[in-house]
Amino acid sequence: MGKYVIKRLCMALVTIFFVTCLTFLLMNAVPGSPWLSEKTPSEATLAALNAKYGLDQPVPVQLLKYLQNLLHGDFGVSLKMQKNRDVLSIILEMFPVSAKVGAIALCWAVLVGVPLGCLAAFKRGRLTDSFLRVVCTLGISMPSFVVASILLVVFAGGIQALKIFPTLFDPSQGWKTYVLPCFALGFYPMCYTARQTRSAMLDSLNQEYIKTARAKGLKNGRIIFKHALRNALIPVITYLGPQVAFTLCGGFVVESVFSIPGLGRYFVQSIQNRDYPVIMGTTIFLASFIILMNMAVDILYKIADPRINLTKGGE
Amino acid sequence: MSEQKPKLLEVKDLKVSFFTPAGEVKAVGGISYDLDYGEVMGVVGESGSGKSQEAYAIMGLLQQPGKVIGGSITFEGEDVLHFSKEQMTSFRGSRVAMIFQNPMTCLNPVYTIGNQLVEALRAHDKSISAEDARKRAMEMMEMVGINNVEKRMKQYPHEFSGGMRQRVMIAMGLICHPQLLIADEPTTALDVTIQAQILELMKDLQKKTGMGIIFITHNLGVVADICDKVSVMYAGRIVEQGPVDDIFYHAAHPYTLGLLRSMPRVDAESYERLIPIEGTPVDMLNPPEGCPFAPRCEHCMKICLKKMPPYVEVGEKHRSACWLRVQERLNREESADE
Repeated sequence: MGKYVIKRLCMALVTIFFVTCLTFLLMNAVPGSPWLSEKTPSEATLAALNAKYGLDQPVPVQLLKYLQNLLHGDFGVSLKMQKNRDVLSIILEMFPVSAKVGAIALCWAVLVGVPLGCLAAFKRGRLTDSFLRVVCTLGISMPSFVVASILLVVFAGGIQALKIFPTLFDPSQGWKTYVLPCFALGFYPMCYTARQTRSAMLDSLNQEYIKTARAKGLKNGRIIFKHALRNALIPVITYLGPQVAFTLCGGFVVESVFSIPGLGRYFVQSIQNRDYPVIMGTTIFLASFIILMNMAVDILYKIADPRINLTKGGE
Repeated sequence: MSEQKPKLLEVKDLKVSFFTPAGEVKAVGGISYDLDYGEVMGVVGESGSGKSQEAYAIMGLLQQPGKVIGGSITFEGEDVLHFSKEQMTSFRGSRVAMIFQNPMTCLNPVYTIGNQLVEALRAHDKSISAEDARKRAMEMMEMVGINNVEKRMKQYPHEFSGGMRQRVMIAMGLICHPQLLIADEPTTALDVTIQAQILELMKDLQKKTGMGIIFITHNLGVVADICDKVSVMYAGRIVEQGPVDDIFYHAAHPYTLGLLRSMPRVDAESYERLIPIEGTPVDMLNPPEGCPFAPRCEHCMKICLKKMPPYVEVGEKHRSACWLRVQERLNREESADE
């Protein structure tokens, strides 16, 4: 197991290296520069700024320099959005906000989605199942800004009695402020989890070991939650791994709608502003997080399914 | 008569139907038999003859859209078909156990063997301590011939071979001392040598525990080896029923004869060929009128295509549903009258 983790970590470093290079090159291939705004600065100012931040050098040289700094844990400083502030400290400030909203969203998505999936599978073909299927299909096909907009219309619309939750993010209001963004952010994963759990449950309920369990005289609850669910969780874990990373790093749309000062929103703004070090920093951070989550998923597999042998390359 | 101790299992005119979108399929069309304590009955028939469904009906394990639509199942004098849900749950596994065809897929891959064995025991004996249950599970594993029990208990199903898994299934079935074991083709998925070992084990355990066994198979050789009596099923009906020797040496139904002829024999001359039963099994959605076997039967008469034959006693406890036997009987009675 230890050997496996070390091997995976080495592979992760290689992946991050490639992600870094690719992003750097792509970023520079996009026209525009951080210094463009309504009033374009003079030629001399531009040249001075470029020289100060090293943007006047050829791209490969910049890349090498960046990699070198990265090895020392230096992510550079923001060029535009929070001028001259260290990128790492920006990320570390933004991430907890996103992570908190994301974690709550994911928690409710899983805690509601998995049982709903079980229920739908158990009531297959009945009204409950049909209803849940409609809801889940809606949730999966609706982009999160639609969900967020519906929430806004309902809770910030004309009806006074419904204005219970604040629609602008404000941590000083306590838990109430988290309700709408977390619902909007978690709705898609919830529906997806429920649907995946349903199909995996149907599959595992048809397995012969379920027949054995029934023949043993076990009660329904035990058959579903002990024998069927554990087997059904494997595909659900697969989906949840990367989803954890994405949700925790912030849903851009939801963060924009509710004005949450989170990483997701900041990431997109940094691209719009061509704030190169911030783009690089957030990309690397997100990439590392996804890689880490995928690794966690593989290890969770091993726990959920003893047949999986990690040391043999997972075949 | 009424003072008599009830039999272990009495099945009377059991009917099981599947209500499919295409129509009703009469998987089991009225079968009757009884089984005494410690008796081993073979149920023989080809795929789709209803032999497994009949067993599932006893266990209350019929899958949707299957339903028992008639008849009765009496276990030790109790009416199984009218058990409540809770009664049925506690009946399964503790008084009747069932083992299945494919041991490779019948054990849950994500739990250890020990966990699954202990679970079977604790489902019915709530008061037993975890430690005692574990001991009992280990005893059972030893009883079915598994070595190195301590280690094996902690292993997962994929670490067991097919034959070993079937042994585990048997141990799991017998852990609560059921009076009846239903074995649904327990050796079909195994190698021939392993088959023999499993059969030997089951015979041995039957003697030790004195339980009754319903042995569902399509292999007549297995039947001869282990069973006291045999029911031959065709298209959801028992076409012939009797003690194992009578079935083998005085088969009274053309289908049974056909089965016997299609089976290789050790004492056969080398040039003898196996004779298959011509034709295909009945379409259960639209069963023919009269005897279901008639379209494939070489002795088919006019009446066979019109009316279902009644059972005729052809020996002690040996009966057969065939118009040939009815005719024989009538001829004999006529000649006796003269």
